[in-house]
Amino acid sequence: MSERSYNASELLICTASRLMEDGTTAFIGTGIPMLAASLAQKLQAPNLVTIFEFGGTGAILETLPLAVGGGCTFNRAIAASGIRDIVETAQRGFVEYGFLGGAQIDAYGNLNTTVIGDHDHPKVRLPGSGGGNDVGSNCWRTIAIMPHDRRRFVQTIDFITTPGYLTGPGAREAAGLPRGTGPFRVVTTLALLGYHPVSRRMQLLATQPGVSVEQVLENTGFELLLADCVEQNPPPSAEELRTLREAVDPDGLYI
Amino acid sequence: MRKGSAVDLTLKESDDTLRSETVRLLESGVGKMIQPPDVEGFREWNRAKSKRLVDKRMSEAEAVRRFIRDGDYIGTELYGTVRCPMSLVHEIVRQGVTNLRVAGQGVLELDMLLAAGLVKALDLTYIGLEVYGLSNCLRREVETGRVEHVVEWSNAGIAWRFKAAAMGVPFIPVRSMLGSDTLKYSSAKVIECPFTGLPIALLPALILDAGLIHVHRADIHGNAQIDGISGFAAEMARASKRLIISTEEIVDTEVIRRRPDRTIIPYYLVDAVVEAPFGSHPGELCYRYARDEEQIKLWVEASKEPASTEEFLEKHIYRVADHRAYLDLFGQERLQALTHGAPGREA
Repeated sequence: MSERSYNASELLICTASRLMEDGTTAFIGTGIPMLAASLAQKLQAPNLVTIFEFGGTGAILETLPLAVGGGCTFNRAIAASGIRDIVETAQRGFVEYGFLGGAQIDAYGNLNTTVIGDHDHPKVRLPGSGGGNDVGSNCWRTIAIMPHDRRRFVQTIDFITTPGYLTGPGAREAAGLPRGTGPFRVVTTLALLGYHPVSRRMQLLATQPGVSVEQVLENTGFELLLADCVEQNPPPSAEELRTLREAVDPDGLYI
Repeated sequence: MRKGSAVDLTLKESDDTLRSETVRLLESGVGKMIQPPDVEGFREWNRAKSKRLVDKRMSEAEAVRRFIRDGDYIGTELYGTVRCPMSLVHEIVRQGVTNLRVAGQGVLELDMLLAAGLVKALDLTYIGLEVYGLSNCLRREVETGRVEHVVEWSNAGIAWRFKAAAMGVPFIPVRSMLGSDTLKYSSAKVIECPFTGLPIALLPALILDAGLIHVHRADIHGNAQIDGISGFAAEMARASKRLIISTEEIVDTEVIRRRPDRTIIPYYLVDAVVEAPFGSHPGELCYRYARDEEQIKLWVEASKEPASTEEFLEKHIYRVADHRAYLDLFGQERLQALTHGAPGREA
């Protein structure tokens, strides 16, 4: 693959990676968040504190874990504890970012990873919450990473596994979720999305390179708000792609 | 604020200084309480448990036969491809212990129980194949209704339920799961916190009939130490009425006493100690051996269809007498190679 071209995974990884800030704490799930964190540590965020749900805090990602409890999740880490300690750390407000995936998402950023169809007679039984609900409930700002199409971006999700803004402004607080928490960004193959500060509905912040606003709207199953100024994401840079391919995932496990 | 029914907590003997107070119940999950939090029974069980330092070593076959029964509520730790008690799980499948109720946090190990059709009810947080996607066995067993009850929880939710049991209290207040269908389809409750007025989720203690944990080292009495992340081992061990430990190696008690700070599971919690080198195969054990990716992929493929699933179980479990014979399927050379790729760095 030439340096200028890149695939969908590489685009998602680079876009997500740019959202990771140096000197912050980030709850990392398997797959793309892990690669994004590893890339961020090698570029703009060498002191990104990665947090893995089964107990790894502050790992330096040298090889890629295939499991969130795998040895790489506490490689040269500052602490190896357990799941309760990790989620309690988020519950008392120490974890800024949480990175999540999902099978379905709605306009308020609610996520489904439990069932397609009826809960008691499901058409497809998905894995369940795992740490997703804990992350979406307790981290200050959650970032979802997903492919973008109408099957995933839907008007009504079949099951709210992980709370976004629930039914709208004030709903999280009314439910008892920690004040000031909630969805922050959605990174997709077509766009970078955020949430309107008042209505809490999803809005388009930027399109991915070569993607039009119309394409994003066509692939979204609910009414998507537009930010005052919709920007165009820059493509992955030569440095990002080189680091990703040579240092983050040289064996091509994910990309 | 949602309307709620009132739970009367009025003290019977009235005292002028005591005001009649109620706690508002805001929501009750509709999920079945698969294992009620009988904390009084648990205390009595624990009182009766022997505290003598005896030799508890036995084989997988004996441990499963003596301590796990049809219909039991069981749990495994850590999970799937990481420090998982696979040799014990294989033995449960081999003996066909059935109608199990299971704390559902897992990958390969719970896949095996589901594949063999042994699971009747799940408190489920995550069963999947991680990097390899959805669990085919979970899909088949739940979508056909062979698993009769599926009750939802978050990952920490299950660990916190163990913590409540470990504390000896009937529930634990937490801020996860609120506002979601995960709570609606659980057996948790939401109350208005009597101290802050905030809605707070109460998760019932989860007391296991039998817990299964794989560790790095244990002595013959069951004093057990784990290296690396400890997942939810401390909580689950203390939430188990019967506890089976499998261990990479049996060490002299003096080794335990030299580093008592490393003991996560003290002997009096433990009923059986099973020596199981490569006990987490094909999963990994940090500082000891890496995942056997080839074998994991073999399962991922086999589990896609019922016939190939059955063939896999035949070859790796039913037609294999015990864990030693299971390891012989792979041979020393392949197992030794896995030790070279062991994850983590020893202190």
